[in-house]
Amino acid sequence: MSVIVVLIGFSIIVAAGFLVAFLWAVRSGQYDDDVSPSVRILFDNEDEKPKQTNTNQTKV
Amino acid sequence: MQPNYIVIMAECIHCGQDCGKNPVIWDEKPFCCNGCSMVYQILSEKKLDRYYDMMPTPGIRLDQENTSGTRYAYLDNDEIRLKLLDFSDGGISRVNLFIPAIHCSSCIWLLENMNTLHHGIMHSHVNFVRKEVSITFRESDISLRQLIELLHTIHYIPDISYNKEKKDDHQKANRRMIMKIGVAGFAFGNIMLLSFPDYLPGGEAIDELMAGTFGIVSFILALPVITFCSSDFFLSAFKSLRKKIINIDLPLSIGIISLFLESSYEIFSGSGTGYMDSLAGLLFFMLIGRWYQSRTYQSLSFDRDYRSYFPIAVTRLLDGKEDFVQLKDLKTGDLILVRNGELIPVDSILTDGEGNIDYSFVTGESIPVAKKAGDFVFAGGKQSGAAIKLRVEKEVAQSYLTQLWNEDKLGEEAGIQMQSIITKVSHYFTIVILAIAFSAGVYWSFSDFGKAVYVFASILIVACPCALSLTIPFTFGNVMRVFGRNGFYIKNTEVIEKLTHADTIVFDKTGTLTHSKSMNIGWEGASLSADEEQLLRSVARNSTHPLSVMVSEWLPVSALLSVDNYKEISGLGITGFVDGHRVMLGSRRFIAGNDASDESKISSVYVSIDNKLRGFFKMENHYRDGLSEVIAGMKHMQLHLLTGDNDSEEANLRAYFSPDTQLHFNQTPVDKLEYINELKKKGRNVIMIGDGLNDAGALLKADIGITIADDIYHFSPACDAILSSSKFGRLQDYLKFSKSAMKIVYASYLISFLYNTVGLTFAIQGLLSPVFAAILMPLSSISVVTFASLSVSMLSKARKF
Repeated sequence: MSVIVVLIGFSIIVAAGFLVAFLWAVRSGQYDDDVSPSVRILFDNEDEKPKQTNTNQTKV
Repeated sequence: MQPNYIVIMAECIHCGQDCGKNPVIWDEKPFCCNGCSMVYQILSEKKLDRYYDMMPTPGIRLDQENTSGTRYAYLDNDEIRLKLLDFSDGGISRVNLFIPAIHCSSCIWLLENMNTLHHGIMHSHVNFVRKEVSITFRESDISLRQLIELLHTIHYIPDISYNKEKKDDHQKANRRMIMKIGVAGFAFGNIMLLSFPDYLPGGEAIDELMAGTFGIVSFILALPVITFCSSDFFLSAFKSLRKKIINIDLPLSIGIISLFLESSYEIFSGSGTGYMDSLAGLLFFMLIGRWYQSRTYQSLSFDRDYRSYFPIAVTRLLDGKEDFVQLKDLKTGDLILVRNGELIPVDSILTDGEGNIDYSFVTGESIPVAKKAGDFVFAGGKQSGAAIKLRVEKEVAQSYLTQLWNEDKLGEEAGIQMQSIITKVSHYFTIVILAIAFSAGVYWSFSDFGKAVYVFASILIVACPCALSLTIPFTFGNVMRVFGRNGFYIKNTEVIEKLTHADTIVFDKTGTLTHSKSMNIGWEGASLSADEEQLLRSVARNSTHPLSVMVSEWLPVSALLSVDNYKEISGLGITGFVDGHRVMLGSRRFIAGNDASDESKISSVYVSIDNKLRGFFKMENHYRDGLSEVIAGMKHMQLHLLTGDNDSEEANLRAYFSPDTQLHFNQTPVDKLEYINELKKKGRNVIMIGDGLNDAGALLKADIGITIADDIYHFSPACDAILSSSKFGRLQDYLKFSKSAMKIVYASYLISFLYNTVGLTFAIQGLLSPVFAAILMPLSSISVVTFASLSVSMLSKARKF
């Protein structure tokens, strides 16, 4: 049964990884604007149209 | 004469407004004005016309085309330029611009494709929530001035000012809040998993190693919760305690700390598993509540000072040469040049040119005031017509209006804050809980001292008023959103509670009760023939003066005849020859030569054809729709009216207001402020409803200042709430809704007190167990939140919001 202790250790490490990813996302400003990304994804890239701006760039 | 005129009632492709009687046709598409068709031409030339496919009529209409090419010339000044740029290195610069006009996905698309419009633009990125666009550009190809002029040509006019810090602070605080929620949620989930054995029957049977490990891991997970996540609560409790006020954060902090200490003791002494799951869950819910409450309107500004109204630089004339000087560096005696459409930034004396000054932002009156050389001009007006020269009489901060604004801000901070319901409740709550905890502790200490400490801690834990603290954020937070959907934007949730206490309402007249842009118009004199009307309309169409525009819109549709020798004499009137007839429109002095004294009461436009006086157009204030409903809905309150105008409108106003309403005329901005002050001294809770800068002092002084705005994103004086002018008729509904919301708050308080009573009965007997706490605490929070949210949404449906 004590193997559970090890498992819990691992599960918390995995969960902490996600927490760090979340904190990074917040710090990099991904939660600052929750409207335009949802709109931006619907813009089509057309060939004769000029290159679409890089939409992943969220750092302001 | 055959009318060569086709009536097309169409929507402008660009801005969606009615094209009126004379649409501009381009590319077989109708446009309401040349400005709109120009933007269309630019965009279709650059193959950006998909702008019009994404959203119907996405464009922005400019009411006043500012044609002067030097409007943004001050951006070439290095000091100003560097202050505005976020970043500049090696010829590549980045600027972050606030563009209030951003409103749809087409806007995002166009602004992010700015690089097509000019090759010097490298990248642009829109933040829709804050209505900002961040543009990176090569300064060798396009200067900041050219960039902003380019935005101007496509009608996305940036609001250029220095106050950025406030917005950045808000963003930082918001990020921190989200991070805290994330950490608390993480700890909550994991600790709950570890506490699971406690929740199930037979959980005591797990072996000691595991129980010990679970306890230690829970403790480690709880550390960031007690340090990072709870810091705001501790800080706020500490701050208010120093001011000798007990706010809700004090009992919360006591609860949090006793939870943590009791749990740590149990874990390390091996006597139990503690309540770390309850602790993390509690913080998680409460942080969500705080975050919900703080989600206000990021793109709206409620506390602007005069600096954001005035331009950041003006043209100064020095030894006959023009240069640009920042507003704050302007000195008494400087000569400045103000062009068409520019603001007069300081109190000054007109030295050269004909002033035709529109004070609509100051007084709400849109008809320009004529000024001649030698006249004193107050800051805040907008010149329309040719450029004028002015000599600065007072520095910016000392000007009449700005001074009023500054002084009052200080007064506001020193004033006593109204005690909100939550502060009052927390005050008694804390005292009662501490009394219960001590007496129960003393009672148990006679039999079992260990148990006494445990009971003492349990009472503080279970009494932690988290449900209580969630009531206001969720009830008022939802009310705020309901109001926002209906054109009433509130600064923060405290305003709603203040609204329920208001017993006195003070109105401004011009621009608040009346429309600032439209008036009732009537013809006095012998009736005009159709031919004469055609003559008048042809002449009036040439002028952009608000009165001429009103006259030409009032006259029936007819073909426009060509006008020879057209002249516009500022402050007097217009004249021209049509079809051999001399047509004159203007003031009485202009037409008849004499100045009648009774004239000032009503605006009128006199008309003469072939030097014969034909009569005059009478313009009267047009009261907002729904005014009588608003007044009827506020019968139980004391109403007052303050206006800077004379008493010519008294009879019309009396028709709306009851006889006991106090109407005060000829009020200066200082009078208004003093009047509010007097009312407050009498112990009244005052709502001030105004619109212009002349109300700014009164708006700040009142318990609640509500600004009426045609365009909520444009400049409005500092206030607690902004009401979209189209929703004026529902004002009384908002007040009633706030009162009902207050009842919801009372009901929620009752629910949370019931939970507390149940919890306390167990805690006093020393029967509080971790499982019991883990169920009771989230349950009370969730049921209060559900009750508050559901009641508000049901109420909003019932009230048709």
